[in-house]
Amino acid sequence: MKRLLLSAALFCAGDAFAQDMLIRNATVHTATAQGTLQGADVLVQGGVVRAVGPGLAAPAGVSVVEAGGRPLTPALFGGITDIGIEEVSGESSTVDSAVTLKDAQPVRPEFDVTLAYNPGSVLLPVARVEGIGFTLLGAGGGGAFVDGQGGVVRLDGSADPIGPRALFVRLGSDALGESGKSRAAQWMLLDQLVAEARGRVAADSPHALLTPAGRAALAKYLSGQGRIVVSVNRAADIRRLLRWAKREGVRIAVSGGAEAWELAPELAQAQVPVFVDALADLPADFDRIGATLENAARLRAAGVEVGFSQNGDASHNARKVRQLAGNAVANGLPWEDGLAGLTRVPAQAFGVADQVGAIAVGRTADLVLWSGDPLDVANVAQQVWLGGRAMPMKSRQTELRDRYLRPAGNLPRAYPH
Amino acid sequence: MTRTTTLALAAVLLAGCSAHGATRSQPQAETTAASGAVAFAGTYRPIPSPPVLIEHATVLTGTGTRLDDADVLLRDGRIAAVGAALDAPADAVRVDGRGKWITPGIIDVHSHLGVYPSPGMRAHSDGNEMTQPVTADVWAEHSVWPQDPGFLAALAGGVTALQVLPGSANLIGGRGVTLKNVPATTMQGMKFPGAPYGLKMACGENPKRVYGQKGGPATRMGNMAGYRKAFIDAADYAKKKDAKRDLELETLAGVLDGSIRVHIHCYRADEMANMLDLAREFGFRIAAFHHGVEAYKLADRLAAEGVCGALWADWWGFKMEAFDGIQENIALVDRPQGSCAIVHSDSEEGIQRLNQEAAKVIANAKRAGIGEIAPEHAIRWLTANPARALGIDAQTGTLEAGKMADVVLWNRNPFSVYAQAEQVYIDGARVYDRHDPARQPKSDFMLGQGGGL
Repeated sequence: MKRLLLSAALFCAGDAFAQDMLIRNATVHTATAQGTLQGADVLVQGGVVRAVGPGLAAPAGVSVVEAGGRPLTPALFGGITDIGIEEVSGESSTVDSAVTLKDAQPVRPEFDVTLAYNPGSVLLPVARVEGIGFTLLGAGGGGAFVDGQGGVVRLDGSADPIGPRALFVRLGSDALGESGKSRAAQWMLLDQLVAEARGRVAADSPHALLTPAGRAALAKYLSGQGRIVVSVNRAADIRRLLRWAKREGVRIAVSGGAEAWELAPELAQAQVPVFVDALADLPADFDRIGATLENAARLRAAGVEVGFSQNGDASHNARKVRQLAGNAVANGLPWEDGLAGLTRVPAQAFGVADQVGAIAVGRTADLVLWSGDPLDVANVAQQVWLGGRAMPMKSRQTELRDRYLRPAGNLPRAYPH
Repeated sequence: MTRTTTLALAAVLLAGCSAHGATRSQPQAETTAASGAVAFAGTYRPIPSPPVLIEHATVLTGTGTRLDDADVLLRDGRIAAVGAALDAPADAVRVDGRGKWITPGIIDVHSHLGVYPSPGMRAHSDGNEMTQPVTADVWAEHSVWPQDPGFLAALAGGVTALQVLPGSANLIGGRGVTLKNVPATTMQGMKFPGAPYGLKMACGENPKRVYGQKGGPATRMGNMAGYRKAFIDAADYAKKKDAKRDLELETLAGVLDGSIRVHIHCYRADEMANMLDLAREFGFRIAAFHHGVEAYKLADRLAAEGVCGALWADWWGFKMEAFDGIQENIALVDRPQGSCAIVHSDSEEGIQRLNQEAAKVIANAKRAGIGEIAPEHAIRWLTANPARALGIDAQTGTLEAGKMADVVLWNRNPFSVYAQAEQVYIDGARVYDRHDPARQPKSDFMLGQGGGL
């Protein structure tokens, strides 16, 4: 018991004060126009990056971390996830990512998953010790194809999202069950929702799909505030989405986008970022016939901003997002763009680039020191700092590991050793 | 009992394979009906090919050895020689392996390719016979759709053989089949010659979830009662000389006589221990626990009992029984003497990059202080060890003279996200080549897609 209290006290002390430090002699991948700086230093004071460059002097009272040439990156984007809004996927009592209202208006753009966010979730440290520093909480899979809103959270234990909200919409075969069994009905319903939000349908119309709060929430996005993240894969649907977004004047991002490469020039011209699952190369359904490992490379070559997000086990295994970027690079994406897809691109797309996603003067010091190339699964995060604080490199998984790693003693392993 | 044993012996003679690992096995291509006709006989024949000499590569033999600047000679579908400065026959194709790495073909012990194929249509959902909790009578091979594009994606990832299993909805889900990963029009055209059959069983949450509202089992104790009843019936059947042929009991009797290998989907350590006791009660052996996210909690016992752990590098948390997953599971299961750690996929995505999964294990083991795991050792997790679990280790899984020439040429050390299989050989035939479009097979399903313009 005493032991527990002691370690809790140490942790709290670490919590209270950001560490002023100079990280010396790192390969600094800034994820900015500065690119990569060999043998550079990063000065962190008050939780913020104060200087980046070679040969910085350590001011008095600033501790020095010798990087020995190892790579230093911004803390990475974990993709669009349910981190902190689900604990065990198969146990519905622990999952808050979707709203399903049977009889009342089912379409609820006002639904905001960030209200369910639990920074005490065991998923946070599991992702954090692998260099994941921020994620976009997504709404999805509920009773409507307009899923509601999410937002970016930093995985430093803080309770609230940063930056604007994003609205999540699913198009194509994944959402047919929530949209009248036809993708044509998705456009029909979207048009009606827009008409309601723009006030072209009387609030008390018997045909109204939205609540007053829903109209207000959707109207915000229709006025260009916040981004609508559209999960869509088929090229034909993406083409129609681009027309719709232009007509309505909304800012969108594509997630999934298995066939997005077929519309790469159009996506580039419309400045629509695409968040791909770079491992998805199979025709998983008839929306993804054109899936290819070269999706990211082809999109980028046309000038599209490419980010990464997983289709599958995105939350518990958010750390796998690095593997997506690495495979995209192995299949033709320039390395710097691979890193950008985990840093700058998501930070800019979701309106938090003033805080995260780059190593630059004035940014929050969310940093990761790696054992080697961070896009290669052969390497690991060695130290993570969020807001200049050294994060404990511990999670429920490392504790389980350490319990079973040590030789068996006289007492069962359940006892403190 | 005598029935199957005799057949197994005959089959071994027919297949001409060595005694090692196959003496008690019932080769899947040779299972016969009561009539004496061969049931669903394999028709796979290696693609004729000239000798191939891959020169000056780094070779991981799968036996635990690494050879630098070494050659591998493939001839008549077999590994002819491995070593430095080999002589090649005059008609040999010479491949420059400088800067490249050679490994045995990758083997996935747990796949649902073909039975849950892409595209994942309802019409294609053929992996779980969810009609009753014990369906030992069904055979996964009868669900395999050979046109699943996933087979060819896996081939591009270096996979030369795989076991296709029924899903985990049932306590006893049916027979699995081991396939050569070659393009074919029929399942029979992919059957691995002489490989024993597997039996898929499942612990824990899945069976009780599927049957909890359908007459049971509804609990883990119900699960255990279900396995025991089934094996009591099978033991009884095996004793009877004149029993009417029963597909379900025939398969379970094959487990009891050791000719069919048992593969159990089982996550928790306590449940694996229960299943080891079940096996002891009925006198059969377990080839491997699959998924086993808690296998690290009883790594010593698995090694002592000769049971393989077929595991993921990092999946966890998607259900309660997967909550204790750690990234060092494979490394910890690998540690004891006599262990058999396997990297498996259970995934059409994961099977394409089992080498990367192993790379994660190496990296995490190092970080945890378990130590530096050498590539020549780690490669066994995806070659020799799965071959052992499948009972095909006498034929494949290592680069030893006389074995099937199932070989991958990598562009670099395979334990990296940047590693790519450049050439894949099955029985000496170049069945995939990243730089030769003439050797990049395409499923029937993918023809004429995308509007044809």
